[in-house]
Amino acid sequence: MSANKAARVGEEIWKGRIDKVNAELVTLTYGTIVAQLCKDFEADYVEVNKQLDRMGYNIGLRLIEDYLAKSNTMRRCSNFRETADMIAKVGFKIFLNITPTVTNWTSDSKQFSLVFEENPLADFVELPDDGRAQDELWYSNIFCGVLRGALEMVQMQVEAHFISDVLRGNDTTEMRVSLIRYIDDELPPEDD
Amino acid sequence: MGVLALIVINKAGGLIYNRTFSDGLNQLNTNDYLVLAGTFHGVHAITARIDPSRKLANAQHRQQAAANAGGAAVPNRPEPSSGLEVLESENFRLQCFNTLTGIKFLLFTDTLQANVDVAMRKVYDLYSDYVMKNPFYQLEMPIRCESFNRKLNSYIREVNNSR
Repeated sequence: MSANKAARVGEEIWKGRIDKVNAELVTLTYGTIVAQLCKDFEADYVEVNKQLDRMGYNIGLRLIEDYLAKSNTMRRCSNFRETADMIAKVGFKIFLNITPTVTNWTSDSKQFSLVFEENPLADFVELPDDGRAQDELWYSNIFCGVLRGALEMVQMQVEAHFISDVLRGNDTTEMRVSLIRYIDDELPPEDD
Repeated sequence: MGVLALIVINKAGGLIYNRTFSDGLNQLNTNDYLVLAGTFHGVHAITARIDPSRKLANAQHRQQAAANAGGAAVPNRPEPSSGLEVLESENFRLQCFNTLTGIKFLLFTDTLQANVDVAMRKVYDLYSDYVMKNPFYQLEMPIRCESFNRKLNSYIREVNNSR
């Protein structure tokens, strides 16, 4: 599916088939979770990142079915570039009504960036002023886990992490996604 | 008549749901359902591998991709062969929908039932809502979700009554 077509499909599903909730409810709920994690792990932000990623992973494992059912996807993406477009223009569109930009491809087409011009999770947020959160906490890290979980269910092993965040004072919010491998059916080891 | 039964098989070939939609239908015992699910899973895997036209399709796919990419090679992932989709006998028709995540929905209908595809999509829709979004449902495990049962029942009743 071409990028343009993906954008149209995303728009169509968003308009017609999605139950909407108040955006601030999402922002506040997510904010509460992150703040509570920071408290529970006593501001060990590396651990908080890990927990957010794990929570996202568990969401992704389930959310993928909703994505496939709603988008009526009948065939898998024929390459990773198409996958990237579908994530940005259909996935993020139908669940969050945002469309991050797909960019900075490596030449082997196995690694790209998602640049978030807007991020509903991060509205109203200012990171704690303890001199470490700005360097260690990836506030929206749950996204990385969601992508990892969702793609794993459709036989793609990926690695995703943020490399910049406007909350930390960077110019952009950018996530790096790399395809590690396609998990294609492997024959069970032969009995000897 | 109409839609008679639904079976859901997880990606490992385990039975996670089975249900008949009207009284007086022939039922297997639980063990037989489990065997049926496992066997179907195996047969499906075989049918996905014996497609004689498969090599050709893949070659075409690669060629076309190379042409599209115009030199800059994007590694391609060919469409897998679908495997068994419909099985029909004199009295019933079994349609199999294999999702991209590897779950199989088997819908048993009578041979005259139209629009099974539509019903199938709706069942998948209900599954993604009432099973996957139930936080206490454990992935890959048998489906015991009362709201899924209810929604499914009322949808199938609607389908069966509209004929």
